[in-house]
Amino acid sequence: MEDKVVHGQPDLLTDFDRQRVAADDLRTEELLINMGPQHPSTHGVLRLMLRTDGELVLEAIPHIGYLHRCAEKIGENVTPVQFVPYTDRLDYLAGMNNNHGYSLAIEKLCGLEVPERARYIRVLMCELNRIASHLVSFGCYGLDMGAFTPFLYAFREREYILDLFEATCGQRLTYNYLSIGGVTQDLPGGFADKLAHFLDYFEPKIDEYNNLLSYNYIFVKRTAGVGVVSAADALAYGLTGPCLRASGVKWDLRRCVPYEIYDRFEFDIPIGIAGGAIGVPREVVVGDSWSRYFVRMQEMKQSVRILRQALQQLPAGEFRAKVPAALKVPAGEVYLEVEGARGQLGYLIVGDGKKTPRRVKIRGPSFCNLSIATHVCRRVLIADVAAILGSIDVVMGEVDR
Amino acid sequence: MAKGWLHNRFEENFVVTSVDWALNWARTNSIWPMTFGLACCAIEMMAAGAGRFDLDRFGAGAFRATPRQSDLMIVAGTVTFKMASRIRRLFHQMAEPRYVMAMGACTCGGGPYFKYGYHVVKGVELVVPVDVYIPGCPPRPESLIEGLLRLQDKMRQETIAKKS
Repeated sequence: MEDKVVHGQPDLLTDFDRQRVAADDLRTEELLINMGPQHPSTHGVLRLMLRTDGELVLEAIPHIGYLHRCAEKIGENVTPVQFVPYTDRLDYLAGMNNNHGYSLAIEKLCGLEVPERARYIRVLMCELNRIASHLVSFGCYGLDMGAFTPFLYAFREREYILDLFEATCGQRLTYNYLSIGGVTQDLPGGFADKLAHFLDYFEPKIDEYNNLLSYNYIFVKRTAGVGVVSAADALAYGLTGPCLRASGVKWDLRRCVPYEIYDRFEFDIPIGIAGGAIGVPREVVVGDSWSRYFVRMQEMKQSVRILRQALQQLPAGEFRAKVPAALKVPAGEVYLEVEGARGQLGYLIVGDGKKTPRRVKIRGPSFCNLSIATHVCRRVLIADVAAILGSIDVVMGEVDR
Repeated sequence: MAKGWLHNRFEENFVVTSVDWALNWARTNSIWPMTFGLACCAIEMMAAGAGRFDLDRFGAGAFRATPRQSDLMIVAGTVTFKMASRIRRLFHQMAEPRYVMAMGACTCGGGPYFKYGYHVVKGVELVVPVDVYIPGCPPRPESLIEGLLRLQDKMRQETIAKKS
């Protein structure tokens, strides 16, 4: 038997149980189970190898690489402008955020100035996409926990956002809109009105979702206190985004290391709060699955706030800087991180004066967030593995790249 | 060609048109797809299953989590060499008659990863037989519905008659 308490996880066996198990020789055999790559709650093609003892998971080893699409190698073979569409397909739920990070990194390396209007459009798109991504996460987490209705609600609202995207750039999922030097085209006529209408419609919906799922007794029982990640562990494993904030660390790149124009907006950074506070069920522990889920719900509200301010301040003017047709990546290297929907998305680009970069390295937040899975999936029930994985909210396109 | 348990059970010169019609009517209107999302296209597949597009209107909204209960495999997303053997295995686990839809450019022929994707299978038809190809990167939910209707057309042509 392993230690009684492993990494802060409560041991489900009492001493009495142990004595009985030893006395009556009731020990069960360990069993290796493959969870995935085709499994509805692994969110794609993640394969987890579970070492189980009865209903208890002793160890969960993630196997990745089922969606390795050679993104970094492609980045070295195509020009930066050509690579932007590939960044869409890393974290395909938040394509705009990925475009943004890569464009910013290339602009920093090439010394391009982005017009003011383009910067605001970028913020508008990134925040909208953050909401869309969190909506999918919310809906699918409901599915994982056995609730089908939230999924339909989430996708209903998401379609509004996708309609806005489609009017702007003609695509629903892979946008290629935030391009190097600005955005590829100006906002369509009537966009501001439509967006304002959407925000008025959407903001009260978040409370509806909370009443529907967040405070649902069964849901709270399934997620609260499950998969607790302490702040120290979260930092040690390199967790970022909602996963880090749910552990009580107030760290958001938009606020702490402002890039683009995020220093001009007012918004809060939601963090995980212990149970008993207003709007938090009693069973909740800081850093558990429920906190990770709830941070996303609160972030949607903050995104709405940012969107309102950005819409108000949206200036007129050019939407794209003049980018030379044959853009050469100058010698040197740049590393830049942005706050994607899942955490810090980093791009390392090394150029040597040719049309294509010499090296493109991508730090996918999902990849780092997934590394905690082995750590927290120790001595938990098999059903809890789905709860933990869903709350980490990985996108395999970004994990395998 | 999909083979059901009635296939080739009758002697020659048997008239089976009404049986055919009844079987095909049942099959075409209750295609149960497998929840088999690989990559980006899976999100559009989910959107197609959600309220706005509602695959249930065509009897194909009951996504099953296991191949044993499903009739249709929608290969939604990039197929890598590591995943290809699993896809083949899942395909063989499905009961006959079974159908495969290749959704998206990647499964149709490599898509954007055709040239530099050293780890991407250039089309899922190299692994499993494909009935309907749906182009797009990713295809819109309407495209998926169109593909489903084409598959239903194909299923209506099937017969259990023995071909001599």
